[in-house]
Amino acid sequence: MTRIVAALTGTRLVHLSIVDLVIVVFYFVLVLAIGFYLRGRANTGDDFFLAGREMTAWIAGLSFLSANLGALELMGWAAASYQYGILATHWYWIGAIPAMLFLGLVMMPFYYISKTHSVPGYLKLRFGESSRALSAISFAFMTVLMSGINMYAMALVMKVVLGWDINFSIWVSSITVAVYVTLGGLRSAIFNEVLQFILIWAGALLIPILGLIEAGGWKALQLKVAQNASVEYTHLWSTLGSFRGNPMGIHWTGIVFGLGFVISFAYWTTDFLVVQRVLAAKDLRAAKMAPVIGAAFKMFVPFIVILPGLLGLAVLPWKLTGEATAVATGGHSYNEVLPLMLARYCGPGLLGLGVTALIAGFMSGMAGNVSAFSTVWTYDIYAALFRKKATDAHYVSMGRWSTVIGVLISIGTAYLVMQFLSIMDYVQALFSFFVAPLFGTVILGMLWKRASPAGGFWGLLAGTASSIGMWAWVKVDSSALRYVALSSDARDMAENMYRGLWSWIICVVVTVVVSLLTKPKPESELTGLVYGATEIPSEAQVPLYERPAFWAAVVAIVFAVLNIIFW
Amino acid sequence: MPPDEPISIWFFIGISLLFDGVLIFGAGLYQLVHPPVAKVVLFDLHAGVWWGGLLSVLGLIYCIRYAPSHR
Repeated sequence: MTRIVAALTGTRLVHLSIVDLVIVVFYFVLVLAIGFYLRGRANTGDDFFLAGREMTAWIAGLSFLSANLGALELMGWAAASYQYGILATHWYWIGAIPAMLFLGLVMMPFYYISKTHSVPGYLKLRFGESSRALSAISFAFMTVLMSGINMYAMALVMKVVLGWDINFSIWVSSITVAVYVTLGGLRSAIFNEVLQFILIWAGALLIPILGLIEAGGWKALQLKVAQNASVEYTHLWSTLGSFRGNPMGIHWTGIVFGLGFVISFAYWTTDFLVVQRVLAAKDLRAAKMAPVIGAAFKMFVPFIVILPGLLGLAVLPWKLTGEATAVATGGHSYNEVLPLMLARYCGPGLLGLGVTALIAGFMSGMAGNVSAFSTVWTYDIYAALFRKKATDAHYVSMGRWSTVIGVLISIGTAYLVMQFLSIMDYVQALFSFFVAPLFGTVILGMLWKRASPAGGFWGLLAGTASSIGMWAWVKVDSSALRYVALSSDARDMAENMYRGLWSWIICVVVTVVVSLLTKPKPESELTGLVYGATEIPSEAQVPLYERPAFWAAVVAIVFAVLNIIFW
Repeated sequence: MPPDEPISIWFFIGISLLFDGVLIFGAGLYQLVHPPVAKVVLFDLHAGVWWGGLLSVLGLIYCIRYAPSHR
């Protein structure tokens, strides 16, 4: 992310007309109106933290996806596709679809039937208080920091794209999010996320449509990309046989096992930011269907993110460069490819909608962060460690206050990052330390009855510590890269993939060994938490077209076909 | 929909699409009649007109289908 931020200096890219500004202002008015309208429907803990558990599969599924579809994600991956070609699509397909389907079909029953409020809450039920405390404190801490970093980066994007003052962007967007989440809780966050999801598509979809018309279709686009960059830029798998055969410096084993298995499964199945949306589903079948619906839409996100980057390679009359070169020459960097394409095709009104899509993406990500923080703080830290027996109204009040405080900490982080840019990279690395081992702990907890409380805690701790250790090892001695990432040619992304893989393996091995040496929980305490000790409602009476497994199979087939087409 | 249920999110989405669509459609029509000096690429396709029109129609359908008066 530092690379995005470092590049964003210089003059504005886009000039908004009155019509554009009216569209942007109307968006802010509407999200606040939704928050005020829903304020009377967030009175109990279940209402405020779990949206009353009454969301349909569609709303939970779109919200699940929207919480992840931030503006920096849109701009960052469009930039990555300009820089690395279609390989960036792996983060949307193999890096998401299998994990989302696995969450829906395999893991959701345990999350949902256990009636937990959160992922750390599940760890408490399955492994005990120490595992919950470790997971909750790390999650809460990192979530508000990440929110602040995204806030600062987005404000900088607004400055470069629109010429807006950084302080104005930070305060206006944060206060808006704080107001509507504090008033309406998770229900308000989810409603706005669905609205934001639709606006993102409405604002961004024209770029690939008009871009493909200008380029002359997909085949002509491939030819132009091959001329301007390289033929490898439009192939997903055929260049991954060696680290040096592709622009990303990554091997297929890193993509399949590191990204496709560990990193992706860890994020999509255990990061409470996204899982919380599915926990709000109205029943188990909706909870299973929501990630399947999210996966179906996720497959098509590359159309509005990756394709604009490739189109930039084909049709832009100048070459985009890295940040340092762009700053030195006064040119444009990779990170500006999406706003450049927006300005290329969109006149008055359309430009406002495109900018609204970017703002909506940022706000949906921030609302996801603060609502997840508020839940974990209230239930897994405050109620667990400070005040165990308070009224429901007290915890709702704490939820509202922690939302405001979470936003204020995020704002503080944004200003801290403004002074010390390198903090961004450290915090992002810190976030990655916890995700992969957490997946090891949760998946063993759900699928293996013998996993003991001690095994869960020590496995999580060992996995996290080993991830930090590997990161520090490479920082101190760069030659260690050939051990951690299996090749000295590996780049940052490849290193992250392999570090995640090793830390997951260490977590699993330690959990298994310690579990075998310590006393497991009695089976009577595992009901609703573990496979083999939980009765999962049968779907035999449900028509085939209403079964999550059927639609998951459809999504899996489309996923396989897409990978073959773009091989 | 029972009276105590909240207004559907799809109604809010309808309002948003309708409002934005009408403005984009109007701006597109204005540019059709008064073409600007500095034109965007593929200006002749008049994307604002058909995209704004499409959003307006979708928004109107959602506003009617999920109107609170249907509760």
